[in-house]
Amino acid sequence: MARVNRPVSRRQAWWLLATAIAASLPLLQHVPLWLSIAAGLAFGWRAALTWRHWRLPPRWLLIPLVIAGTVGVFLQYRTIVGRTPGIALLLVFLALKLLELRAARDAVVTALLCYFLVLGQFLFTQTIPTAMLACLTVLVTTAALLAASDDRPAPRQQVYRAGMLLAQAIPFMLLLFLLFPRVQGPLWGIPQDRFTAVSGLSETMSPGSIAQLSQSDAIAFRVRFNGAVPPQSQLYWRGPVMPSFDGRSWRVAQTLAAYPTIPYSSTGPQVDYEVTLEPHGKHWLFALEMPATLPADSAMTSDYQPIAREVVRNRMRYTQSAWPDSNAGANETRAALRAALALPASGNPRIRAISAGWQAAHGDNGAAILAAAEELFNRLFLTYTLNPPLLGPDMVDEFLFDTKRGFCEHFAAAFVFSLRAAGVPARVVAGYQGGEINPVDGYLEVRQYDAHAWTEAWIAGRGWVRIDPTAIAAPSRVSSNLAAAVPAGEGLPFLARSDMAWLKELRYRLDAVTNGWNQRVLGYNPQRQRDLLASLGLREPDWRSMTAILSVLSGAVLLVLTVWILRNRQRVDPALAAWRRFTARLARRGIVWQAWEGPLQFAERATRLAPQHGREIGEISGLYAALRYGPHPQPDELSRLKSRIASFRP
Amino acid sequence: MLATLRNRLHENFVRWALRVRPPEPAPIVLNQRRVYVLPTPAGIAYTSALGVILLGAMNYNLSLGHALVFLLAGLGIVTILHTFRNLVQLSLSPGRCEPVFAGEQARFDLVVENPRPDARTSLRLFFHDTPPLEIDIGPSATTIASLGLHTEKRGWLPMPRVTIETSWPLGLVRAWSYAAPDLACLVYPLPAAKAPMLPWSGDDAQGTTREGRGVDDFSGLRKHQVADPPRHVAWKAVARQQDGPLLTKLFTGTAAQRLWLDWNHLPDTMGVEQRLSILARWMLDADAAGLAWGLRMPGARREPENGPPHLAAGLRILALYDHGAR
Repeated sequence: MARVNRPVSRRQAWWLLATAIAASLPLLQHVPLWLSIAAGLAFGWRAALTWRHWRLPPRWLLIPLVIAGTVGVFLQYRTIVGRTPGIALLLVFLALKLLELRAARDAVVTALLCYFLVLGQFLFTQTIPTAMLACLTVLVTTAALLAASDDRPAPRQQVYRAGMLLAQAIPFMLLLFLLFPRVQGPLWGIPQDRFTAVSGLSETMSPGSIAQLSQSDAIAFRVRFNGAVPPQSQLYWRGPVMPSFDGRSWRVAQTLAAYPTIPYSSTGPQVDYEVTLEPHGKHWLFALEMPATLPADSAMTSDYQPIAREVVRNRMRYTQSAWPDSNAGANETRAALRAALALPASGNPRIRAISAGWQAAHGDNGAAILAAAEELFNRLFLTYTLNPPLLGPDMVDEFLFDTKRGFCEHFAAAFVFSLRAAGVPARVVAGYQGGEINPVDGYLEVRQYDAHAWTEAWIAGRGWVRIDPTAIAAPSRVSSNLAAAVPAGEGLPFLARSDMAWLKELRYRLDAVTNGWNQRVLGYNPQRQRDLLASLGLREPDWRSMTAILSVLSGAVLLVLTVWILRNRQRVDPALAAWRRFTARLARRGIVWQAWEGPLQFAERATRLAPQHGREIGEISGLYAALRYGPHPQPDELSRLKSRIASFRP
Repeated sequence: MLATLRNRLHENFVRWALRVRPPEPAPIVLNQRRVYVLPTPAGIAYTSALGVILLGAMNYNLSLGHALVFLLAGLGIVTILHTFRNLVQLSLSPGRCEPVFAGEQARFDLVVENPRPDARTSLRLFFHDTPPLEIDIGPSATTIASLGLHTEKRGWLPMPRVTIETSWPLGLVRAWSYAAPDLACLVYPLPAAKAPMLPWSGDDAQGTTREGRGVDDFSGLRKHQVADPPRHVAWKAVARQQDGPLLTKLFTGTAAQRLWLDWNHLPDTMGVEQRLSILARWMLDADAAGLAWGLRMPGARREPENGPPHLAAGLRILALYDHGAR
């Protein structure tokens, strides 16, 4: 068996350099600077080697470089497993592999490394632009692989051939994508570095933490309602509940899942919807207040907050229902109520004094104290602003009586403080409020700037009652949106502004496309796959039936492709085709053309047998002979031959 | 041990794959039943890489990672078809094969015809153990692949089984086929490096009418003709007059040019091959000297004559002496 291991030619080296650059450029922003520079130097060295016909660097130089690169990656990340270190290592290997392109085998290894790096890009983002960039990289890498076995065609031709091959691979890709039995990952532990920079709510809330989120127009989640969309003022998406307060920041309770099902009952109508949640690296799931059902693999905390069993690492889709008019916790535990009354021993004397007055006047009538607190907030003329002044140690007092300017977290914190000081259990609820319907696809988009904080107070006999103190000062925040509530001139994210309608329209379209991509392509998971097969009429689809369908359909595609590829495109010479028509006509008259006869010889015999057509036969045979065997066939001869044969009636 | 077993298995496979007993009737069409496809080492590496990418995509729930793997898997399937197509439906027929002397390279010409209107790229042809010959064939074109093989023994050398393979376009799979076209090379005996003088004085040389005194009887010069043997060029005369025409020395004595090369004149102590090789040397020398020579062999005889067809016939007799008919 002949093993051809030819040395790598210059053209092949250029191809491999191009594909290495295409594969590593999108990753350079994720690896340390020194590695980017080192990779750039290696690429430059490779280019010089090829350009100047230099000799390849010797092994004794490359091996220390590989070791140095590996050690460098280890020192940078203190590990060599995981997403970023793994990609950094691949980049080291790729850069140095380029410097030892000796034989065809090295070219294949380089191309395979580039395919790996394409996967590496997807670890960071899977947006439409990333996908398009990845297509480009795959195209160049495939062209390089083509060049590795035949480097003679020009680059354009090489790319064209790679494109043709990939185009033929697309039917298989679609089939496999839809029908290959999917497994829900992870298969093994995912290193923690996967979600380092996702924005969203956190476990704590201090002044400014939600205002910071209001600068981001990233999507937090999308919602599709089955039926009418509830009014804006009811769209409270319950997130982390924060009962504990240390004088400055609020914090979620260290509670685990308490209820496997909904611990309260319904009063009033039910709203059904589906949430597509962006990954946020936390356990909680956002649900319209109050949740009526729990998604699969989730439970409810003692604060009535749905949490997933696993941290939300991937975009997640769940169906939910809500009872907008229900209250939870009519029979709340003593421990929970005690926690909802805790205050620091000192601080904020002015509000404490007012609260003490309410308690003296109304005793344990929670509803009356609540009304008094709302009245106070209404009377103080507080301003809702994105740029509140900094506050000192007595922040509630300073906010309510001195600066009077704050964002939702100031309002919520002050309100809860005042109620607790008056002996009414209360707590802060973080989450999102509102959202905007994308007119293009009808999804309600909830963005980071919709992040909000409100409060709930426990009233005996009713349970936890939601009060949004921000709505007291700035009703439009709740009834319409953020832009309507903050004073003009405050820096708002682009999409939160209400002007620039056409740009907004464009952005909506873009978001709808992104949502379609997220829902259909990125969100295609085992569940979706089962749904798809069920909608095709397959009851109880399992991996066996999927594999069977996949095999049958792949076989069909393969057959079509095989027939198309192996089809015999032997084009018959048009003169010969015309000649065959002519002989077929004569054959009907019993004058059969023998394969060994030349055209002129045949004409002679045919004329003898059918003398009345002698002139036509002679002319046709002469034309055919000239076309087939003559040195310079004239183009008009063919058309003449065709017309003569068409009118030939023996 | 293991290598022997592998060779045996390989040999059995080839015999099964060829099905008909070599040599095969021409033209040999490589139809789909005799073209085999298996992944190359690069293809195995590619498949393993896809497996690793798939695991990564599953583990991190990367939808686009799945798409990438599936696209590359599709590419792998498509390249099987293309590689197969690059080889299938080729037609091989035996071409010429010039006789050579033992020890030289025999060149077997194979006529490879591509009936399809698409080019065939990077086809490799080789005999077992010989370096491959790489050819391309244009759309609906024919190419002659000239395969070299080292010769050792005189006689007919049948063309060994040819492997024709390709891994175009991606080098991930190899399609190959075997063919045993009906072609043989005539191998002449190796001419002896040192041979006795040409046998002038054959006593029993019948019909020898020795006139004149010998081969060296120089009778004059004439203008050189292409057919004149080079050793008769009057080099001294040429050297004397620069830019002059080449001149050929003429010799007298026709008897001197009638020469019998006789098997029986060689001593019995010599082996058959040695005698044949001396006879071959004599023939070449006599031919180069432009002499008419005859050959007497056990069971064969050629009247004295001159010229290339005569030389070829004589060498053929030597090549096939006691060799059995082909």
